[in-house]
Amino acid sequence: MDLNYSQEELAFRDEARGWLEANLPQDLRQKVADYAHLSKEDLVRWHKILAKKGWVAPAWPKEWGGTGWNVVQRYIFEEELGYVGAPPLIPFGLTMCAAVLLQFGSEAQKKRFLPRIYNCDDFWCQGYSEPGSGSDLASLKTKALRQGDHYVVNGQKIWTTLAHYADWIFCLVRTDSGAKRQDGISFLLIDMKTPGITVRPLILMDGAHEVNEVFFDDVKVPLENLVFEEGKGWTVAKYLLGYERMNTGRIGESKRQLAKLKKFAAPMMRDLRFRDRLSRLEVELMALEITNLRFLDRMRRTGQPPGADVSMLKIKGTEIQQGLTELMMQAMDPAASDEFSVSIRKRYLSTRKTTIYAGSNEIQRNIIAKMTLGL
Amino acid sequence: MNFDYSEEQQLLADSVRRLLQKDYEFEARKKIVASKEGYGAEVWSKFAEMGLTALPLPSEHGGFGGGAVDLMGVMEAFGEALVVEPLVPTILGALLVAKGGSADLKQSILPAVAEGRMKLAFAHAEPGSRYELKAVKTKASGAKLEGAKSAVLGAPSADKLIVSAQGGGLFVVDASKVKQQAFTTIDEMRAADVVLNGAEGVPLQGGLELIEEVVDFATALACAEAAGAMKFACDTTLEYLKTRKQFGVPIGTFQALQHRIVDLYIAQEQARSMACLACSKVDAAESPAERARAVSAAKIKVADNARLISQEAVQLHGGMGMSEELKVSHTFRRLTVLGQLYGDADHHLERFASL
Repeated sequence: MDLNYSQEELAFRDEARGWLEANLPQDLRQKVADYAHLSKEDLVRWHKILAKKGWVAPAWPKEWGGTGWNVVQRYIFEEELGYVGAPPLIPFGLTMCAAVLLQFGSEAQKKRFLPRIYNCDDFWCQGYSEPGSGSDLASLKTKALRQGDHYVVNGQKIWTTLAHYADWIFCLVRTDSGAKRQDGISFLLIDMKTPGITVRPLILMDGAHEVNEVFFDDVKVPLENLVFEEGKGWTVAKYLLGYERMNTGRIGESKRQLAKLKKFAAPMMRDLRFRDRLSRLEVELMALEITNLRFLDRMRRTGQPPGADVSMLKIKGTEIQQGLTELMMQAMDPAASDEFSVSIRKRYLSTRKTTIYAGSNEIQRNIIAKMTLGL
Repeated sequence: MNFDYSEEQQLLADSVRRLLQKDYEFEARKKIVASKEGYGAEVWSKFAEMGLTALPLPSEHGGFGGGAVDLMGVMEAFGEALVVEPLVPTILGALLVAKGGSADLKQSILPAVAEGRMKLAFAHAEPGSRYELKAVKTKASGAKLEGAKSAVLGAPSADKLIVSAQGGGLFVVDASKVKQQAFTTIDEMRAADVVLNGAEGVPLQGGLELIEEVVDFATALACAEAAGAMKFACDTTLEYLKTRKQFGVPIGTFQALQHRIVDLYIAQEQARSMACLACSKVDAAESPAERARAVSAAKIKVADNARLISQEAVQLHGGMGMSEELKVSHTFRRLTVLGQLYGDADHHLERFASL
């Protein structure tokens, strides 16, 4: 047993850290540090800087631009991205759609979409949730009917993150309303410029425009935009869910927030009640980090994808993110109305979403109960 | 980075687990607990044959020079089976002798410990000292000791006690020379309140730093033992949820209970992660502060999660969880004690924040 990174892994970390320190533009770094709004241009700019370096999609196969790093190196790199305070890499194209195309897409689809995802020439969003279908995703109703050489899509998606920036959306749609509900679902790629698509903002309680409703009104989608087979969309969705959960711990990011909190909450540390809350959270983060490393170590040695118990990283990681923002808000002068104090309060509001999105923490518990514990 | 045990460590843990499955079933354990001595002499010599008492001792005195990680798998197995034999008290005492004793003293004690012929206990805590390692009132005038020690784990079966005195002084005292008031702890271990009564001891090269180092070692082992006990508590509770029927269905089909057992499962994994951290750092920290910080962090998490898991395991078993007949109620008691042993979460929060 050795909990330390090897010399090679430390050298890799130092290289990544050095490069990020030198190449993350100061203005973007400042925006992230100030919890300021990041525009589409900000997100795309950072994406393209990493793409140029060849580091934007480490997990992809080498032939499509992957780095060939192993799971531990990938984890180290992601942790460094979080720790340096880089703008987020929006996962819908880079992580999610790409993972689906690489696993299930046709050669033509890979060739058409992957290079544009790699360079962020297309901005992607995810069309999963519907007004009546949240945790019970398989009940979704958005319909796609085959007519000649295209599908006609009608229905509505909701909570669609950054749909207002997006060029493309990948959607789960119902292609067969007669089949058993999981069997009637298909995975479609839809150009957001297609006539009949309306995007309407949903403003969240922090006042931010991040998510949207997306309406489909007789939207024509070429048959060639179907991924995998018709009626096999649920297989694709399940594959993606497992993929989604591995990097939800966000440990580098939380470490940065903790360091920041310790700095500006220093005067609060005389209050033992506050200090103990902070210490418990720090210990919680240490435990999460080691648990995450145990998962990685197991994956590296067995060569197997993580089991369903990886959901615990999502549960604990998001609880810690929320705990940190709560303590940050508590540490602010309650009467302060300066920009930073206001942004901290907004961040507290915004962070409540983390235990809801990407499969609510209750759904994660269902997954562990069923898949890991056999209940 | 590697979280696996080495082949040797795994083999040792496996053979201890096999021995415990064979000789330490719940009924066999009951007899040991109820015996006059409160430990099994036979199982103790088997532990010694397997090298458990020799493992952390220096090789020049009959040991194997091992560390906490070498013992971690053993301690997990001990936690699963609720072993009552005083291995950790003996190791604690032996490490103090190994690090602070003269060559002659080491030669007279350590090989005997390694071979299982001698048991030790560390007489440190005093009435009112709680978990504060510095709070020692026992006085040494020359080699003569005056004072009282409380709840000395393993003292009733020990041949020698390592007794602390003011200013970090340490003395080896024959157990027969002190007055002992023996009792059984709530988790069925034997301990004693000790009155020193002017007993004479052989001095060690002591110091508070040495005491902290050795107690951190024992704390890391306690974390590993707790991880094993938590694993048993979770496993047996899960089994119960699958078999116990109410309203015509297994109670594990109820989502309210599913989510609770999932939280216990996560808590158990988090605790084990921290036990890995504590054991690794007592073996290989770069400084005493780094070691202390890791051990205290681990003990905070382990104490919190031991409480959560033990309480929930009993609750989810319903009335059966309260029953003396079920092992889980004994695991509850062991986890309660392990949560407090060498400092509870509050004590270690204070220490963690001060580092």
